[in-house]
Amino acid sequence: MRRMLLEGLFRRPVTEEAPAVADAELEELAARLGAVARARLGRSLSIREVDAGSCNGCELEIHALNNSYYDVERFGLRFVASPRHADVLMVTGPVTANMREGLERTYAATPAPKWVVAVGDCAAGCGVFRKSYATIGSVSAVLPVDLVIPGCPPEPIAMLKGLIGLIEASARG
Amino acid sequence: MSTLRTALLNAALTVEEQKPWPRITVDADLWRQATLAIAAGNATLAHLWAEPRAMHMAVLDDDDGALTVLTLAVPDGSFPSVGLTHPPALRLERAIADLYGLVPVGLPDDRRWLDHGRWGVREPLGAATSVAADGDAYPFLAAEGPPLHQIAVGPVHAGIIEPGHFRFSANGEIIVRLEERLGYVHKGIEGLLAGTTLDEAARVVARVSGDSTVAWSFAFARAAEAALGVAVPQRAIWLRALMAELERLANHLGDIGGICNDAAFALMLAHCGMLREEVLRASKAAFGHRLMMDRIVPGGVAVDLHDASAIKAMARHIRERFPRLVELYDNTASLQNRTVTTGTLSADLARRFGAGGPVGRASGRAFDARKTPGYPPYGDLDFKLVTRQDGDVNARVWLRIGEVYESLELIEQILDRLPAGPIAHPVAAALSERRVPQAGGLANEPHDTSTEGLAMVESFRGDVLVWLRIDEDGRVLRGALRDPSVFQWPLLEAAIEGNIVADFPICNKSFNCSYSGSDL
Repeated sequence: MRRMLLEGLFRRPVTEEAPAVADAELEELAARLGAVARARLGRSLSIREVDAGSCNGCELEIHALNNSYYDVERFGLRFVASPRHADVLMVTGPVTANMREGLERTYAATPAPKWVVAVGDCAAGCGVFRKSYATIGSVSAVLPVDLVIPGCPPEPIAMLKGLIGLIEASARG
Repeated sequence: MSTLRTALLNAALTVEEQKPWPRITVDADLWRQATLAIAAGNATLAHLWAEPRAMHMAVLDDDDGALTVLTLAVPDGSFPSVGLTHPPALRLERAIADLYGLVPVGLPDDRRWLDHGRWGVREPLGAATSVAADGDAYPFLAAEGPPLHQIAVGPVHAGIIEPGHFRFSANGEIIVRLEERLGYVHKGIEGLLAGTTLDEAARVVARVSGDSTVAWSFAFARAAEAALGVAVPQRAIWLRALMAELERLANHLGDIGGICNDAAFALMLAHCGMLREEVLRASKAAFGHRLMMDRIVPGGVAVDLHDASAIKAMARHIRERFPRLVELYDNTASLQNRTVTTGTLSADLARRFGAGGPVGRASGRAFDARKTPGYPPYGDLDFKLVTRQDGDVNARVWLRIGEVYESLELIEQILDRLPAGPIAHPVAAALSERRVPQAGGLANEPHDTSTEGLAMVESFRGDVLVWLRIDEDGRVLRGALRDPSVFQWPLLEAAIEGNIVADFPICNKSFNCSYSGSDL
């Protein structure tokens, strides 16, 4: 173990540069966030992930945000275990009928101000599961959605861009 | 061929057209006999599924991996319960009762499973009666006594993970009983498949469980091709195996890191996470998608491999880095302390439940669908079937370590010997060939032109099974899907008994069952 830790000290990190977020996107997000959010959040966001019915593809890529290549924590973004500690809910999946209450309760347990990010094509528009008796629809059919990150699943870099946008927008003003 | 299979084929009422293995119709007596034979360990239950007026049971011959499907007509809506004598069928029968309203006579557990009372409809694939969607109460199994307390976890968990509910009954720190309640991510996939085109169905099946999307698409394509008699070009067959091994490699690396992280050993997760990321990037460079979703289609593959250099470089790098991680795992006593003798699954239970993948193989069940029944190109490739006997978390880690090396070996062999040629055979052509009336046949005679196919493919998690009935226009009339998790989830309940509550995450991660694949 000692050798690996030493190596880690001297090797160049694999972590990559932050993706740039276009100004127009930032303006739009900043407008949506509002002044209160800016004052309270500073430059950090705590995120609670909620799978509301996904195939677990989106979860794999959200996990990847934590690996050394993307290292999401360097931006002040942190995944937390409880909605009580969260500013942002990242919701994946078409919302299934069986998860609707779980999602609503998680949202209710999150203190304001709070934002909902719909991650993936299912969360954005119910995806290939639209016509089923067992699905309610996209996340916006159940909760107010502030940011949509499309993709099946969205690549980590696309999610990183969306989240950095959220944080930059909250720091503006 | 096992004696049971011979006996079944001899006693069958009729033999239906299903490729590549036969589907036979049976009466209730033969259905019961087959159930008893499975319960006695003479064969393995591979799946149990329903239609509004029929039950199907797929039986795996342990000698050669051949499947036989038994069909029982259920005109009065009831059939002799398989779960009564063979517990692995319990949840499947509860789900069938929920979705189709069929009654498994004698089923010892009549609580609803997938139906949480939230759909606004009962028996959605059967009578489909509208009801209020306010949710049903769920009576958990009792565990009573003065020192016991209950811990309720989920459906929303602490990590980035799928939803499900776990009810622990504990005596102090020791788990006396774990009861799972799943179904939260039920998306009605069987219902969605009925009446879709092959392309639409393929996209749905690719999203049964995102982590094994390649294996699911592989199995779906094979079932469709078996039904329609489509010959797949050699290059496509080899590219499919390449994608399947990349998927296995990525997931095993993620799981090894994840298991160690659940023992608070984050260093392994950090390093395994980097290697996993390298596999995903190489997959993207080669096939245009990190998880290779929708890349395997009926008839072949959707994209060709033009440049294998990214995969080669990745494989070389993992061969260089991974042995050090294995050494790290092997030499860290505090980590081994958490994994050795934790969450032991007995060989007997693994066999009875037909546990596939690392879960079964780490408990001595030497089954891998790539070997038996086997499917191309694996017969032409050289790889070892890794097994362990001890059945604990440690065994499941070593199992995956062994399979990482085997997958690297397979990837290199495939790249060395990849045949040239086309990558797909158009399915539409096979369909129009089928529509031409056979010589000597009466063109006006009404006949059932549907055709059926069955396929089993080894995902990183174990064998996935797809059954399809397709009409002459290439539309899917019915589909049945079975994820390996279906038989692994109940075994987690057994393996966790007598362990401490704090060891649940590491046990759960070492099984890594799919919620989505099991809830469908």
